[in-house]
Amino acid sequence: MTDIALHAHDDHAHHDADHKPGFFARWFMSTNHKDIGTLYLIFAIVAGIIGGSISGLMRAELMQPGIQYLPTWLGMLHGEAKFDDAMHFWNVLITAHGLIMVFFMVMPAMIGGFGNWFVPIMIGAPDMAFPRMNNISFWLLIPAFLLLLASPFVGIGAGTGWTVYAPLSTYGEPGPSVDMAILSLHLAGASSILGAINFITTIFNMRAPGMTLHKMPLFVWSVLITAFLLLLALPVLAAAITMLLTDRNFGTAFYDPQYGGDPILYQHLFWFFGHPEVYIMILPGFGIVSQIIATFSRKPVFGYLGMAYAMVAIGLVGFVVWAHHMFTTGMSVTVKMYFTAATMVIAVPTGVKIFSWIATMWGGSISFKTPMVWSIGFIFMFTVGGVTGVVLANGGVDDYMQDTYYVVAHFHYVLSLGAVFSLFAGFYYWFPKMSGRMYNELLGQLHFWIFFIGVNVMFFPMHFLGLQGMPRRYPDYPDAYAHWNYVATIGYMIMAASMILFFVNVILSLLAGRKAEGNPWGEGATTLEWTLSSPPPFHQFETLPVIEDHGHH
Amino acid sequence: MRMLGLTSILLAAGMAFATPASAQEPVANTAAPVANSAAPAAAATPAVADPTLDASGKPLTKAAPGIGQPVAEGIALQPQVTKIGEEAHDFHNHILVPLITVISIFVLILLLWVIFRYRRAANPTPSKTAHNTVIEIVWTLVPVLILIAIAVPSIRLLAAQFKPAPKDAITLKAIGNQWFWSYEYPDNGGIQLTANMLKEQGQVPAGQRYRTDADGPRLLATDQRVVLPVGVPIRLVTTAQDVIHSWAVPAFWIKLDAVPGKLNETSFIIEKPGLYFGQCSELCGARHAYMPIAVEAVSPAEFAQWVKSKGGTMPAEVAAAAAAEAAQNAAAPAAANAAETNAAAEPAATNETAPAASAAAGNTTGN
Repeated sequence: MTDIALHAHDDHAHHDADHKPGFFARWFMSTNHKDIGTLYLIFAIVAGIIGGSISGLMRAELMQPGIQYLPTWLGMLHGEAKFDDAMHFWNVLITAHGLIMVFFMVMPAMIGGFGNWFVPIMIGAPDMAFPRMNNISFWLLIPAFLLLLASPFVGIGAGTGWTVYAPLSTYGEPGPSVDMAILSLHLAGASSILGAINFITTIFNMRAPGMTLHKMPLFVWSVLITAFLLLLALPVLAAAITMLLTDRNFGTAFYDPQYGGDPILYQHLFWFFGHPEVYIMILPGFGIVSQIIATFSRKPVFGYLGMAYAMVAIGLVGFVVWAHHMFTTGMSVTVKMYFTAATMVIAVPTGVKIFSWIATMWGGSISFKTPMVWSIGFIFMFTVGGVTGVVLANGGVDDYMQDTYYVVAHFHYVLSLGAVFSLFAGFYYWFPKMSGRMYNELLGQLHFWIFFIGVNVMFFPMHFLGLQGMPRRYPDYPDAYAHWNYVATIGYMIMAASMILFFVNVILSLLAGRKAEGNPWGEGATTLEWTLSSPPPFHQFETLPVIEDHGHH
Repeated sequence: MRMLGLTSILLAAGMAFATPASAQEPVANTAAPVANSAAPAAAATPAVADPTLDASGKPLTKAAPGIGQPVAEGIALQPQVTKIGEEAHDFHNHILVPLITVISIFVLILLLWVIFRYRRAANPTPSKTAHNTVIEIVWTLVPVLILIAIAVPSIRLLAAQFKPAPKDAITLKAIGNQWFWSYEYPDNGGIQLTANMLKEQGQVPAGQRYRTDADGPRLLATDQRVVLPVGVPIRLVTTAQDVIHSWAVPAFWIKLDAVPGKLNETSFIIEKPGLYFGQCSELCGARHAYMPIAVEAVSPAEFAQWVKSKGGTMPAEVAAAAAAEAAQNAAAPAAANAAETNAAAEPAATNETAPAASAAAGNTTGN
């Protein structure tokens, strides 16, 4: 069903569609899904550099026990710094790292970047359903990001953690910084909701003739499901943080127990958004990896329907497991039992996906180009992160694990080694299509291997720290934790070195890369984007492609 | 914001008044039997010597390496000294870890096999197989069965953790503050403690107490330890004065959020005397990393002596006294204790505000 061989398209038929507007109109008033996708990707790369540098500061401080750099760094920002302010600055760093990576790196890259670029092309549509709304989706992100970045300069910074738990975020954090962070989330959320509406409308209404839902590439499926998750989860976040804002500024007491409010209410609302959010970050990655595995194995995806509905199942179940982030908040035992059991259920569709990817490769004729090695790395690292998730799903075990580095290790394995691996896989896979240039294969392979070693050296010891009981969000730790923290920082350095290769590769390839043909990956690449030139014409599919039914299923 | 800010300050002041737990500058509270927050030397001379301290006021029990604290380069769970901890420890080490290791290695082997066997050089012509209903059912059902197998001991563990403390349990109330823990023993005549982290020698003015190795490791040692009896059920009740904190001792397999306006409850029995450390486990502001928890577990006899040295009473003595005295005299503390127990019995349902609870405890103390 998935191998949609499309040959009929002829670009020469409408060469006059390639009239690009001038620079300002093209990049600042863009309504073209490919240009907006490019803007999103550039934005995500910039945010990734900032968020990644912040984690570098954090790993530097954590390399040795004791406080080494925080007072100096804060001194650079605000002049003379008191000790407590320096400790608060640590909380500002962890908050910024979390928010930037979630809202300004992974989400814009996955959904805004690759989603915008390839969902319309893969379904044979000329553009997104609402091109102007697409434009505002992107441009809302800029003020959102600026608000967050400016917050530590205007006030003392938002030191609440990315979860912004009340009452620390209400009467625990005076000054304008937290308000700015909240408004930043509002804008980013509005941007994502608009984007989600756009994707749902596009996918439901603009598929080319013959492209039934059950013939859509899995990446389109993944973005469709993600869009629904965004649409249902983000309004809840908006409500939760609006109440934070009024609690902070207008004398309401939604989360203030002194006036009959409940701090735990905030956590329920936050995680009702927050848990689907982690699937929002990983589902498009599943889609990307599915395309790549099929392409480089020269086989159709194994168990296409199972793969699609496994994602639907993950999305649905993802809405009813949120309180497993709250096992130590004093929930009753029956509630804990329910959330333990419900959380474990997610392992089933996730297992289906892992095994289906392996089955796709089974019997294939695999070439190990850079996108493929990232995807294989993704499968294994996501498995490792997934099984520690099964450990954490047990409410009884969380009386030990909650808020330790075990949790940090777990979610970095699924995000930093899961979502980020799929991002790199997608980037290398589609780089020739987007830029018209081939990337350097050797640098790409080196980038993978060094990054792979670096992140594993960084994050695997965090399991040990967590098992030994080291709590999260600590700038300083008892000396017994020194060894593995040191190792983790070495891992960061290795990872950072690999990123230099990545940027060298991108710059070299853009400037002097070999010209990429329409389909550089050969017969395995069967989705519609490979029927176009590289880069595709400014407006593609003015004559809609027709998807034939090969009828071999 | 201004209005709320003002009321918050007033309320905070009220709370500070209601509980004598003001860490930074201990205030002698005449209502409490003994002002324990002051340094041992400054405290009123107790009738009974504190069994946990030597004559000079230094702690007698030293941390045992490898127990109750992390070990350098350690990679495993801390040893457990409670029944529930042992059960959970076994569940993790003997069921979960082997299982996730086997699954990960299984996936790795499959990956290595397809990488080797189906590389383009070895298999130039790909198959077109895209379905196999049997295998798809197998890899759906087998994980279901594995998860059911985990769920049984997991649910059993949750049920065991929830077992409410019996009537004769010792109640420890842990109150989170920015950034120190204060404690109350409502069953023992309302003993109150404040535990601050001990700073290093270079970080305190000359003459002030600093951490020594007898106190415990850096960032874990506190100026006052929580003393609890071994072999006796402990009812832990947590709450907070300002923001959310979390009371955690890894060696007990205990982590319970201290939420303002809520009383959370759990229970455990410490099985081995010793010194056990933990740290605040919910982000609570600037000095989140500097509010450790140190629990010293002693024999019940020593605990009784410690309670006496703090000017408190053991519930058994109270009961005996109550039996001897007239009924109306005995009713007050017993009823107060019962009220405390009832308030704490249903943590999820309790929505009592912390100041009110503190005030109630204060009244008990006053009587």
